Amino acid sequence: MLNRLTDSLDFQAQALSLRSERQRLIASNIANADTPGYVARDINFAQALREATGSGSPAAVLRASAPGHIGGSGAGGHSVSTLNFAAPSQTNLDRNTVDMDRERASFADNSVKYEATLRFINANVRTTLSAITGQQ
Amino acid sequence: MSMMNIFNVSGSAASAQSQRLNVVASNLANADTVAGPDGQAYKARQVTFQTELMGATANDAASAGVRVSTISEDQTPGRRIHDPKHPAADADGYVTYSNVNAVEEMVNMISASRSYQNNVDVMNTAKSLLLKTLQMGQ
Repeated sequence: MLNRLTDSLDFQAQALSLRSERQRLIASNIANADTPGYVARDINFAQALREATGSGSPAAVLRASAPGHIGGSGAGGHSVSTLNFAAPSQTNLDRNTVDMDRERASFADNSVKYEATLRFINANVRTTLSAITGQQ
Repeated sequence: MSMMNIFNVSGSAASAQSQRLNVVASNLANADTVAGPDGQAYKARQVTFQTELMGATANDAASAGVRVSTISEDQTPGRRIHDPKHPAADADGYVTYSNVNAVEEMVNMISASRSYQNNVDVMNTAKSLLLKTLQMGQ
């Protein structure tokens, strides 16, 4: 019962952690806009989320080696395997592939979606709380 | 809290860009200096940026900051202008000025200030997102 209560919250928590990871990645790209030879990177959000929530091929699963252990999918170990290189739209003489327009757009997009996920979590918590307190 | 790292990343970039702006300022200030007593005029300086990994672990490639790796001097010869009455003129009557190209420096300055603004924007967004995260569940 209790894990069904938090299942939908878990999904949003994974999404939130991936969003913050992507935010960090885009911030690195913007920071390195003038660094010679820097290659811009991004994550495929849908694929990363599928891996993180275990509905695709899970990257790491925690093993229960003793009867008291709690099973679970490996949360947090999903950043390295899904790092992709962003395809450069315009080539640069110093081999830097950061496209500032695209990075700013993805940064804004990602921060809005981060906030959306936050609101989902808040609404979820409020729904659960009102279910617990009931009609009074 | 992987978002906390954004402040390190963007902060390092802002500091690198401000160092670049500093170099541009000294280049522009010295645009019209002539050769000193040692016969060497001021040489324009350029900063070179380098990626610096600043994640929690060594193989965490996600957060890449910036640092200034070298400040190199432009070795092209300075402008020489024929002006025999100038106190710094050499035996042939030529005065050697610094090799600063003011147009290049202005372009460099605008680029540095735009990049600085971008990083400040990133930090502001990250800050407001983190503040909202702190209010989660209330």
